[in-house]
Amino acid sequence: MSFAEYSEIIQEGDVVIIFLGHESMMPIKVQSGAQTQTRYGAIRHSSDLIGQRFGSKVTCSKGGWVYVLHPTPELWTVNLPHRTQILYTTDIANITLMLELKPGSVVCESGTGSGSLSHSIIRTIAPTGHLHTVEFHAQRAEKAMQEFKEHKVSHLVTVRNQDVCKDGFGITGIADAVFLDIPSPWEAITHAKSAMKRKGGRLCSFSPCIEQVQRTCEALLDHGFEEICTLEVLLRVHDVRAINLPLPDFGPEEGSADSSQMASDVSQEVAPNTGNTSVICRTATPPREMAGHTGYLTFATKPQCE
Amino acid sequence: MAESVNDSDAESRISFGDYVVLKRGDVFKSVQVENKKKVIFEKQWFFLDNAVGQLFGTRFEIEAGGSLKLKAAKHSGDSLDSKEAGQDNRHILDDGKSQKLTRDDIETLKEQGLKGQEIVQQLIDNSTTFKDKTEFAQEKYIKKKKKNHLRYDTLAQILTLGNIHAGSKILVFETCAGLVLGSVMERMGGFGSVIQMYPGGGPTRAGMESFGFPSHFHETLHEFPLCKVNALLAGTLDLSEKDADGNRRSESSQETSGVSEERSSEPQSMEVSVDPQEEMRRVERERLREQKAQEKKVKMEEKRKKLASAAALLEGRNADGLVIASRFHPCPVLMGLLKFIAPSRPFVVYCQYREPLIECYTKLREQGGAISLRLTDSWLRHYQVLPNRTHPVLLMSGGGGYLLSGTTVAADAAKTRNQQKSEEPVAKRLKLDEISSA
Repeated sequence: MSFAEYSEIIQEGDVVIIFLGHESMMPIKVQSGAQTQTRYGAIRHSSDLIGQRFGSKVTCSKGGWVYVLHPTPELWTVNLPHRTQILYTTDIANITLMLELKPGSVVCESGTGSGSLSHSIIRTIAPTGHLHTVEFHAQRAEKAMQEFKEHKVSHLVTVRNQDVCKDGFGITGIADAVFLDIPSPWEAITHAKSAMKRKGGRLCSFSPCIEQVQRTCEALLDHGFEEICTLEVLLRVHDVRAINLPLPDFGPEEGSADSSQMASDVSQEVAPNTGNTSVICRTATPPREMAGHTGYLTFATKPQCE
Repeated sequence: MAESVNDSDAESRISFGDYVVLKRGDVFKSVQVENKKKVIFEKQWFFLDNAVGQLFGTRFEIEAGGSLKLKAAKHSGDSLDSKEAGQDNRHILDDGKSQKLTRDDIETLKEQGLKGQEIVQQLIDNSTTFKDKTEFAQEKYIKKKKKNHLRYDTLAQILTLGNIHAGSKILVFETCAGLVLGSVMERMGGFGSVIQMYPGGGPTRAGMESFGFPSHFHETLHEFPLCKVNALLAGTLDLSEKDADGNRRSESSQETSGVSEERSSEPQSMEVSVDPQEEMRRVERERLREQKAQEKKVKMEEKRKKLASAAALLEGRNADGLVIASRFHPCPVLMGLLKFIAPSRPFVVYCQYREPLIECYTKLREQGGAISLRLTDSWLRHYQVLPNRTHPVLLMSGGGGYLLSGTTVAADAAKTRNQQKSEEPVAKRLKLDEISSA
């Protein structure tokens, strides 16, 4: 198992995701002899996990069952222990595409935070790229390094505990892309520019507040960045449901024996056990409250140095 | 520490054969740079020859006669629009999204020497914004009447939700002229394999070609016809030495031997009475005929080999992911192709409309074998960020289509009657255990 490469069989030391039911999951580290308690009972690592295929159903000690999933950055994002506010898959997907990340890309990121985006970047640039991530909080930097090791991707990433605004990313002239998620991104633009290759590259800055965006765009312009563009993306999740709609009773129709005529007018499935008085409709309703604002994404291109 | 191995920091200059993206304002078009070939863009004809040797990102002007001329670089000190202090003229040309040209702006640009001619803004490295403006690029160069309007943020979700990455084995079924396929291949970086499932005659890949992948990427790309899926699943797929249409090889070889018989007999019978020039032409015709038959044989064999290699990749039923983005009804496509995917792997289905995906969702719930099903669409909003004039510009929603995503799991051997609960593991025997242990 690795977060950047699939495998088929669960092994000792793997990090796996236990799926307990609708929107309920938890990560566990597989250790010989260990047990994990769930509401359906205990999972015995040695017998239930090691040697089993990812995706299998595991029956817990109390009889209930769960699925064991191969970790992915997307699953990790919704299951990781938060040390900071994190980036979610919707934003991550757009960042990845618009920074043109792909295998071999060299990327700089600050701050590392809880490593949500970091894992996604690592997965995308593997096996030939590299992530240089800067986190100014010592403990978080340490925790990130530890997780990358456990997730078997530490060869693809370098964590530096420093202040990106003062000391930059620790490298120059090698990055294809730079990502900033810090309180004052305009202070890091110079360092971002020098981290990027001479032939140019892409930059993204994520900020929750519009004032931050304004200052960042100004700094980008001043430093000669082009194609500056700010956007926001929101995901709408549709709730798929079968609903029961009762049919009206207009009284007996001239010349017809039953009310099945009505159901055929509606051309839907008649609901069972209702004597043709209601139909089932399959629909999807948008949620009452849509996902709110996460942050503004500002993209720019550093042009080739003439 | 692994540094990037395949990407030097050498200057990227335009060469003949490169695929580039032409950009003017908000409009993009992908073209190939060819010697003395006329291209059309934004109602203008011109040649790209003068672009060769220049850096990607260069601005050009189109001169009378269609040749390109280098446009002088803009200086940040220039201030065209005197109305707003501090506004940079780059906004007027580069950021076509931010505002329409006002009368004053147009006058100012004319003063700069445009003379009513349009400017071709930049030749950009082909991958930079090709995906950025997927919708526009498709509209301009893909000439199909019915297009799948795949917005770039939707494409972004597909690639990430599908966990597309180097080294995996991904199944793709798309009718987006190869755009989705190309994007998937770019994220695989030439590692692993992509199997393109195709309906009808052959896979469409025009969009993929314009990504300009190095040739070794093409070795990772396979194709398999939908019409042979059932045979493959049943184990009855015939991969023996036949041509792809199923005609027995022996027939065609009989034809060729028949021809050669004729060939050997004809000259003998005609030898006496035929003019030597006529004879030469006849021999030449027959040589061509034989050559063509030989070429056909080679092609058929190639096709057979390709089919066999794709079948070998599929029959293990252990693919790492599935991406569907087509005008076909997604439900049967999904249910059919999911059989080739390993457990604990993601799948993503794109559809312009919601209802077919609702059907997929319902069917998957009934059948089992998939969890974390989500039906989503995304809203995208651009902002104009200018001093004292910052506000949202555009809201894209609905038109981007919908996505159904999920993760495969090991299929149940015996399905429980109450399918609704199959997603939610229930400790069924709990009460019984409590009773029996009491």
